Amino acid sequence: MTFELLLFLAAGLFSIGLFGALSQQSIVMIMMGIELMIGGIIVAAADFWHFLAPTGSGQVVIVAAVVAMAVEMAMGFAVTTAIYRARQVDMTDMAEDLKG
Amino acid sequence: MGTTAAVLLWTLGVLALACGVLVFTLNSMARVTFALLASLVCVGGVVTVLGLPYLGVVIVLMMAMEMVIMAVFMIAYMMNPAGLTPMSMLHNKRGALAISGVVFAALTSAVFVVPWPDRPRLRSKDTTVQVGMSLMGDQMLTMVTLGFVLLATMVGATVLATNRGRYDRFGDDLDQRPARDPAGGGVGR
Repeated sequence: MTFELLLFLAAGLFSIGLFGALSQQSIVMIMMGIELMIGGIIVAAADFWHFLAPTGSGQVVIVAAVVAMAVEMAMGFAVTTAIYRARQVDMTDMAEDLKG
Repeated sequence: MGTTAAVLLWTLGVLALACGVLVFTLNSMARVTFALLASLVCVGGVVTVLGLPYLGVVIVLMMAMEMVIMAVFMIAYMMNPAGLTPMSMLHNKRGALAISGVVFAALTSAVFVVPWPDRPRLRSKDTTVQVGMSLMGDQMLTMVTLGFVLLATMVGATVLATNRGRYDRFGDDLDQRPARDPAGGGVGR
């Protein structure tokens, strides 16, 4: 049952992060939501590794998720810096020029 | 899995979820950042308890550094960093709640409906060696790809975050002299 409960935890983290990523206006807060979503993916991957596939490749999935987290954070900060420097914008609603 | 490990998993899991909720309910940007740090440290703890101490510690260390940097960005770019007044920076809250609720329901039902395969009991005694051998062996292509992704990220982030580069100073062909600087340097400026 622990296996299912940990997946439940992962689903909870993913959904909380998804809510944040969809609802927040601030670019930095959206990044926080994405971080939580990837946190959920890491929990699920560790759970699968422990209970179903305790192989090296299973651990590599977690490594890839951690790298995705780092890339998201670095590029997010860089984009925030660039758009704030160009237009003093730090909210998504103020950067909707391409909105249809 | 022993009783201690199960209790630890429960505690860390509940804390991770509670801190995750706090991220989007607190007013202070600094507190929000540290709530996210607490949530992700609990995720690292869960990974460690599940038998992956190396990756768990990597996650905890990485999150500590990331969140300290993020706290600086939050306070620099966002209003109300101290949380002295209530604030709401949401758009389409109902839609976001509906979508995330549906996703949560779908994932949860899948967790309990899917007939998961039998669970193997054989695990490597040294999981750090296991991931190292995997990354340097059959997953080498993954390792190389992740390395290039990180390199591209470093280059891209530097380009985006740089205010004025050499092309701004010396022109498109890098042959413009003197450099176009906001303030001249040297004697007699």
